Amino acid sequence: MKTANEITSPDRVPEGWGPLLELAAREVFEIMLGCKLENQNAPAPVSGDFTAMVGLAGQLCGLLTLHCSAHSAALMASRMLGADIKETDPQMWDAIGEIANMVAGNFKNKLTGMGDRCLLSVPTVISGSDYSFHSMADTGPLEVGFVFEGEPISVAVEVHS
Amino acid sequence: MKKVRALIVDDSSVMRKIVERSIRQAGIELAEVREASNGAEGLGALKNESVDLILCDINMRVMDGLEFLRQLQTVESAKGVPVVMITTEGSESHVVQALSIGARGYIRKPFTPEQVKEHVIPLLEHTS
Repeated sequence: MKTANEITSPDRVPEGWGPLLELAAREVFEIMLGCKLENQNAPAPVSGDFTAMVGLAGQLCGLLTLHCSAHSAALMASRMLGADIKETDPQMWDAIGEIANMVAGNFKNKLTGMGDRCLLSVPTVISGSDYSFHSMADTGPLEVGFVFEGEPISVAVEVHS
Repeated sequence: MKKVRALIVDDSSVMRKIVERSIRQAGIELAEVREASNGAEGLGALKNESVDLILCDINMRVMDGLEFLRQLQTVESAKGVPVVMITTEGSESHVVQALSIGARGYIRKPFTPEQVKEHVIPLLEHTS
């Protein structure tokens, strides 16, 4: 099964992971932020002001990333805390790191038998868009795009062998 | 139910606030909330004060939640205090391990206030 907003890649992760990644992200946003992520009809470039990363180690080894703009990150933090969080507030970093962490955990727990065989790193968040990202992953990224409060965001998984 | 003194151990300050809010939304009245950003800080917080409830993450820097549970067994003021793990590490082995070294409950992130109510209130009723 594939979803319309799943970005394809030639050497992709196993078939069927896309809907699970999408569901994992949707659940986190609905439960913890109280909002529904909208589908993105076509992948749109995300202003990558903020990138939250969570490492996966064990039988499933790789990296989950969440990309969003600074404005989206502040909105996510505001939604989580029920307070107005500015783009300069350090709680914004904390919030998107935790969102990425929960999406990663929710995703790996949806993969049959992977819960016990994959560990998560603590999240890391980087800001700015002027950087090159070199993953040692063996597969192309599985990337799912959404619209959050009118702005594109994306969640991606890359897997090492 | 009496007002509860809670210790929340999580390396995310945002998550500590969400856990506190969820406890209140679950209908539990809080007399005091102490916060710690890792297991070592959590143990330090219990040196001079006792609490009625501990909610603890697993995946933390410095000292993780499982090591916190192990060392908590030697803390006199924490004897009989229910510990509920709230974590993304929801694997079977983590649950079994946490429960075997003293945790009384386990909640997976993402979580709702209803889940907090379901897991925490019976423990507080049992100890009060």
